[in-house]
Amino acid sequence: MGVRVGLPSLFALLLGPVALAQSGNMNLPATVTAGSAFSIPTSGSGSGVLYIVGPDQVIRRSVQLGTAVELSASDLSDAGHYVAALAANGTVDSGQFDVLPAAKAENLNFIAVPSRVPVGQHNGINGTAYVFDTYRNLITTPMPVSFALSGISGAPQSRTAITRNGVAWTSIDSASKQGAAKFVAQAGDATTTRIIQEVPGDPCGLTISARPDGKRISVETAPVRDCSGNPIPDGTIVTITETYKGSLSTVDVPLKKDIAQVDMPAYNGATISVASGVVAGNEIHWNGGH
Amino acid sequence: MRRFALLSCALAVAFPVLADQPSVQVESPDLHGSRQLEAQTQAAVVRDYLESWQSLAAAFEQNQASLLNADFAGVARDKLGAAIKSQARLGIHTRYQDLSHKLQFVFYSPEGISIELLDTVEYDEQIFDGDKPVATQHVSTRYLVMFSPAEQRWMIRLFQADPAS
Repeated sequence: MGVRVGLPSLFALLLGPVALAQSGNMNLPATVTAGSAFSIPTSGSGSGVLYIVGPDQVIRRSVQLGTAVELSASDLSDAGHYVAALAANGTVDSGQFDVLPAAKAENLNFIAVPSRVPVGQHNGINGTAYVFDTYRNLITTPMPVSFALSGISGAPQSRTAITRNGVAWTSIDSASKQGAAKFVAQAGDATTTRIIQEVPGDPCGLTISARPDGKRISVETAPVRDCSGNPIPDGTIVTITETYKGSLSTVDVPLKKDIAQVDMPAYNGATISVASGVVAGNEIHWNGGH
Repeated sequence: MRRFALLSCALAVAFPVLADQPSVQVESPDLHGSRQLEAQTQAAVVRDYLESWQSLAAAFEQNQASLLNADFAGVARDKLGAAIKSQARLGIHTRYQDLSHKLQFVFYSPEGISIELLDTVEYDEQIFDGDKPVATQHVSTRYLVMFSPAEQRWMIRLFQADPAS
């Protein structure tokens, strides 16, 4: 910006050539790239103190007026707005300038959610990438970020989004097969990978069969799978309910090797039904096994 | 603690300037993201953001980085804390007085854990060497601020002047 105030030139002219030689002025750049060396030329004679102050970094340096103040690449690495003041011989020349992020993406802060997702979910996985330079400055100039999701089956899905205010995001469908999927975000040479566990969805076509077993009925599910054919994990609860003459008996059974099995009282005329979570299966009307 | 006469609004609204209070204007969101930003969330973020300026001002004036802890986290806390440490080492301190904020929400992440806003801000920055005032500048710039939710409030995770974009 190079905003300037407090130039002591009027006093310098009034006080004559000696004072003019001693007052200090500086020539600030409007912008500097983070991590770049630059110089601030000064005028005048004698010594002074240069202050460069912003919420991100602070520098105080003794300077020889009439020479350029050299700032090395490591002196100002935090993007931000800075006030500079050159104090010398009772006068102050001050101004402002900006330090801009470096152009090269070095780090991607990549948030992928959820970490576990059912298979076959449309836009079920969200990825948000924040692009930083090597000094942890958010790069706010637009740049493409590519997102790719690859799992154990199907073709990888990819998207490209352009950052806006340093951020790019996308939504991607989960695959049809369960397993670990790699979700990769890339901007320039910076790459970050997240692992998404794609898990079976809700049971699909939940079915029971029953057979007599002495004075009881043995009720058993067919292998329980989701609508894409992925087996539902062991331990998933299947609820089997028997209704007979207004009384209800319910048993929660964990799946074991894709199947849930339980013995129920054998009542002729009973109705036996099955459900898992919000998914209901078939009903059986028990008639003594006939 | 100063109290702010703020609250969020659907359209640009200017808040009155009272003594020692910055004026605050919240513009309609220009969101880049799939998630809706509820008015209550906007109001909470604006409230927390304005309070964070008070923390920042106190921390830089007193050279006490711990005053940032309630409002800043991550990169923002690291960088501001390092600047305060430098100030203390060099024997200087800085007085920040925010005068006006023009705020616009620009991003709410799909999973709801990140909010970004732009603040076209005016403030006075006064530099002291020891107890001696060195220079005062009236600053007009824009900040890009990123928040994430914490237990009690929205914490600032990135606080970066962004005049170029």
